[in-house]
Amino acid sequence: MNLVKNAVAAAAASLLLGGTVQAGTLADVQSAGHVKCGISTGVPGFAFTDDKGDWQGFDPAVCKAVAAAIFGDTSAVKYTTTTGKTRFTALASGEVDMLARNTTWTFSRDTDLKLDFVGVNYYDGQGFLIPAELGVSSAKDLDGASVCIQTGTTTELNLADFFRTNGISYEAVPIETNSEGQANYEAGRCDVYTTDASGLAATRSALEDPSAHALMPEIISKEPLGPLVRHGDSEWADIIRWTLNAMITAEELGVTSANVDKMATGTDNPEINRLLGSEGDLGAMIGLDKAWAWRAIKMVGNYGEVFEQFIGKDTPIGLDRGINAQWTDGGLLYSPPFR
Amino acid sequence: MPNTSNAPTQNYVPGEHPDLKPPIGQTGILLWLRKNLFSSTFNIVLTLATLYFLYLVIPPLLNWLVLDAVFQAGSRDECRALGEGACWGFIDKRLGQFTYGFYPIEERWRVNLTFLLLVMAVLPVLWEKMPKRRIMLWFSVLFPFVSAWLLLGGFGLESVNTDQFGGFMLTMIIGVTGIVFSLPMGILLALGRQSQLHFIRWICTGFIEFIRGVPLITLLFVASTMLNYFLPPGTTFDLLLRVLIMVTIFSAAYIAEVVRGGLQAVPKGQHEAADAMGLKYWASMRLIVLPQALKISIPGIVNTFIGLFKDSTLVVIIGLLDPLGIGRASLSDSKWQGLATEVYVFIAIFFFICCFSMSRYSIYLENKLHTGHRI
Ligand SMILES: N[C@@H](CCC(=O)N[C@@H](CS)C(=O)NCC(=O)O)C(=O)O
Repeated sequence: MNLVKNAVAAAAASLLLGGTVQAGTLADVQSAGHVKCGISTGVPGFAFTDDKGDWQGFDPAVCKAVAAAIFGDTSAVKYTTTTGKTRFTALASGEVDMLARNTTWTFSRDTDLKLDFVGVNYYDGQGFLIPAELGVSSAKDLDGASVCIQTGTTTELNLADFFRTNGISYEAVPIETNSEGQANYEAGRCDVYTTDASGLAATRSALEDPSAHALMPEIISKEPLGPLVRHGDSEWADIIRWTLNAMITAEELGVTSANVDKMATGTDNPEINRLLGSEGDLGAMIGLDKAWAWRAIKMVGNYGEVFEQFIGKDTPIGLDRGINAQWTDGGLLYSPPFR
Repeated sequence: MPNTSNAPTQNYVPGEHPDLKPPIGQTGILLWLRKNLFSSTFNIVLTLATLYFLYLVIPPLLNWLVLDAVFQAGSRDECRALGEGACWGFIDKRLGQFTYGFYPIEERWRVNLTFLLLVMAVLPVLWEKMPKRRIMLWFSVLFPFVSAWLLLGGFGLESVNTDQFGGFMLTMIIGVTGIVFSLPMGILLALGRQSQLHFIRWICTGFIEFIRGVPLITLLFVASTMLNYFLPPGTTFDLLLRVLIMVTIFSAAYIAEVVRGGLQAVPKGQHEAADAMGLKYWASMRLIVLPQALKISIPGIVNTFIGLFKDSTLVVIIGLLDPLGIGRASLSDSKWQGLATEVYVFIAIFFFICCFSMSRYSIYLENKLHTGHRI
């Protein structure tokens, strides 16, 4: 009874104070012993469970890197699956501490929804997946087509824009999750499936006969996907941002999970030394120890390793690095310096 | 003229006539066939059409389900190489996940034990003629505490967080908790709605109508996200517990309405007779009114329970991984892609078994309680 009374009193108090900033996420996370991470309900290569029941994929890798940086334990993550519609509420309400879930960085999400995108881990764009037998070569020929589309996504809005500017019509088949979209598309309930091109490649790989389906050449939008946190705790945002940057920088500097131990003892590149903690103490500036980035790279890998492991050319997803290559290779990945 | 009938050719002394077999075609399987399947042209056509349909459907289904199916494999490609049919190897590899979610592997015996104890706790409640029923009923009362301890740990057991619960185990937890707590709560609400005390009646009616007016999914959303806005920052109030509460009050509201139907079907004379015997409110309810009302309500109650059990799959929307959620996440593994049919068929079988046994039990109960007394 007392508990209820306390809860009610506290609820009233928090209502009165209204929207108090939730500072100290790092402290909360450390005392809970795990990071609460929101991920998708399942996209091949991006988020899935393995035979042992562990979450794997390009997105959980970010959660794991953060857990490795804070705890030195990639299993110190509590995953919550979210759909396109529930993800922001889950983050804003504190149900999760961070989202790593194919989420596009947009103006209104960053400002109006009071979220903070900490970086980009995949530069994507919206594409169309169609059965090859349809014989359509351009998205502009899709007049009157029925399109499977996830609700609560940028995809939904882009599609409306695209069809309107091109003066063609379509019939939307709204779906909740990627697996639902795949099932509907496979069953022929929609002629076309549209979402981020990476997600389409992933979905295509999961079809009974991938070669019978093709991605259209058009990419109709910019979809910078990245991890995000809620407004109000910049220190926490810093940790996620720089963990991601550490993975990107590690690739740029040639630090991999295999050679990180050797490099951590000291190299003649001062930036590597600062990154891995053998020189200076960058970790202290974000409330962690010197070896935080070393642990993330050691336990999860650098950006390129993660990419190749889950979605790269040798996986069934088979994505090229493309614009997601390092800036030194002509791509867009460009991490601010560790200094 | 040949003698076609099997009537005796012999005369008997009156009173000594032996019992004769009924004519062929008037007994056993032939009679049944004729009466049920071939009694009219229309029925003959229907029967033949059905047979043809079964002939079309069953062999391929059997091939897919069993004969051509692959029961052991390490990936989808291996499966496809081994056989045309269903790839049960996938389910086989992931059976642990489907059953226990992310429950730690070394601790899974606790879930099994809980399930065993559940059966032991439920039996005396459902089965009247059980030996030592009285003692066993005490165990049933203790069971919720024992099971909570076993599943969550603490006091000597390694503690397991509820976010590691998943799969069928989660479905059972939600289903059983919802059923066990919503029945008494629903009965109380139904009585409250009929109460002479205005205040109680208003509260109960308001509660029932409010809950029935909102979809379950809304309540689940409130449980998963809205509550966090009201609770002070930093308080953690277990998500599963919130969901259990929501599911329970949701089904309690429905049970209340079903029971109210039963209560209203009990004739006024019964109430008056109870009053005349000097029984107080609770005694008259317990001894006279409720037994009759509940008997009438059984089909409706079980119906609500079956609905509740199936609605438990909605929790996947708020991020709890019931079998469907586990299936979704598993299907995204590149090693096992494209096996959605297997997953859904497997889960469907589980739900069918559970819901079908519930409905059979309700029929058994109705027959048992059918005392011939019609109101
Ligand atoms: N990037 C878009 C769309 C993101 C999206 O929903 N992508 C799908 C397909 S790649 C997804 O991640 N689905 C995950 C799920 O179904 O749980 C957005 O942020 O709105």
